[in-house]
Amino acid sequence: MKDIHQFLCSPAESTHRHGPHDRIVMSSRVRLARNLREHAFPGWAKKPERVKILETVLPAVSALPEMADAFGEAMDNLTALDKQLLVERHLISREHAAKNFGSGLVVNRAETFSVMINEEDHLRMQALRPGFQTREAWQAVDQLDSALEKKLNFAFDNDLGYLTACPTNLGTGIRVSAMLHLPGLVLAEQINPIIQSVNKLGLAVRGLYGEGTEALGNVFQVSNQMTLGESETTIVERLEKVLGQIIEHEENARQTLLEKKPKVVFNHIGRAYGILANAHSISSKETMNLLSLLRLGVDMELFPGTHRALVDELFLITQPAHLQKQISDKLSAEERDLIRADMVRERLKNVSRPVTK
Amino acid sequence: MQCCVCKEKPATVHLTQIVGEKMQKLDLCEDCAKAKGFNDPTSFAMADLMLGLGASQELDASAAGTEIKCPRCGFSQADFKKSGRLGCPECYQTFAEGLAGLLKTMHKGTRHVGKAPEALRQSREAGDRLKLLQKKLTKAISAEDYELAAQLRDEIKALSGAAPAKAR
Repeated sequence: MKDIHQFLCSPAESTHRHGPHDRIVMSSRVRLARNLREHAFPGWAKKPERVKILETVLPAVSALPEMADAFGEAMDNLTALDKQLLVERHLISREHAAKNFGSGLVVNRAETFSVMINEEDHLRMQALRPGFQTREAWQAVDQLDSALEKKLNFAFDNDLGYLTACPTNLGTGIRVSAMLHLPGLVLAEQINPIIQSVNKLGLAVRGLYGEGTEALGNVFQVSNQMTLGESETTIVERLEKVLGQIIEHEENARQTLLEKKPKVVFNHIGRAYGILANAHSISSKETMNLLSLLRLGVDMELFPGTHRALVDELFLITQPAHLQKQISDKLSAEERDLIRADMVRERLKNVSRPVTK
Repeated sequence: MQCCVCKEKPATVHLTQIVGEKMQKLDLCEDCAKAKGFNDPTSFAMADLMLGLGASQELDASAAGTEIKCPRCGFSQADFKKSGRLGCPECYQTFAEGLAGLLKTMHKGTRHVGKAPEALRQSREAGDRLKLLQKKLTKAISAEDYELAAQLRDEIKALSGAAPAKAR
């Protein structure tokens, strides 16, 4: 059995990938939901049918040129830790991490494509890009889909479009989303009205790991909800427009905070630095929330010589599965908190106190 | 006007929301409005409520008659109520009637616009063109422009001969 940890590039490498506006837009993704015409949806299909679907789809996806250097595996061959690791990298959903027999995964080494097999639909294929690149992600996944439709018989209806297990994904089966770091709007207490107005435009705002998760580390996911009655390009363009506005609001909030309430900003960032650089035990949640403030400090040039990638890497490697993977012994949550604090202190050894004049 | 939830008391709370180009209206009595938490009209998503209402009406309708089951996969409407997911691609035809209202509240439109598998794209385009010609024909006839109507009729004939299949 291949080891997903060995296969994927290191957290350092993955957090050094850059894209436009990555100060605020951490990553962009577009996923398409597809199903095979002749089979029941995964939630209703019996085990033998799910296995048959997996045996059809897994080789078809693995044979794509985009997946030349890819990791393809049945979910029951992955350990719980491997699955959690994939969730932390945003390569699979939490729902998919709960799957076992009859489900599968294909992900390429560059982490630009990930295909979940037998999640809620037979195929959930996604293209991922660093920074604000929703359009590029759509083009990439569109190509992947076009190549795949030559080999697989997708369920499609002239009036209803691509048929999906849940009617909320019907039609285009598309979900365009971006992961945004919005500490400015949170500190300025403007985040709720922003979320409300984004909701009114028919877009959803979710937490770090998607549906039903909290916005740890001031990270929010914005995505479309409606999939029927509008073309993919219209949906991508509308999301682009809204994202552009959110970026502007976040930049303005940061600017205004620095002008009007510099002490509040410096206090938050200074305290975050103080705790991270000196703690001996720290939870994953607290780490994420404080690293978010550190990241804001880097963006505001309060830590000269420190790069955002250092913070982003810490953000990833301090999460439970990534942390556990680096240590051979099985750790309890308390032990992880100690090791996490050691790791953060070590990494911040050469980062001086924030410069606040 | 009656309250659209309890269908007993007179409606005194009237809510209107415009989503895209669709207008949704709700007329509630005071008690039902309170029960649904609409004292503050800015704090609720009307679509959610409409979704709930639509879904329950649809289920009532199915409970009254005999239960429909998908001939292909055996999935029933009760299963849909439980999971919110369908059983197989064919379920969309089996439950088309009940789903129509739901889709209207969920999405921007009820007809797919956008990508289609290459193999179906051509017949799909032909189908769209056919619909357009038919519309024009009706218009031409009501305007008593029989010359244009004859011309359109010929075009329709030629086109439907070329692409008669409705991909299902």
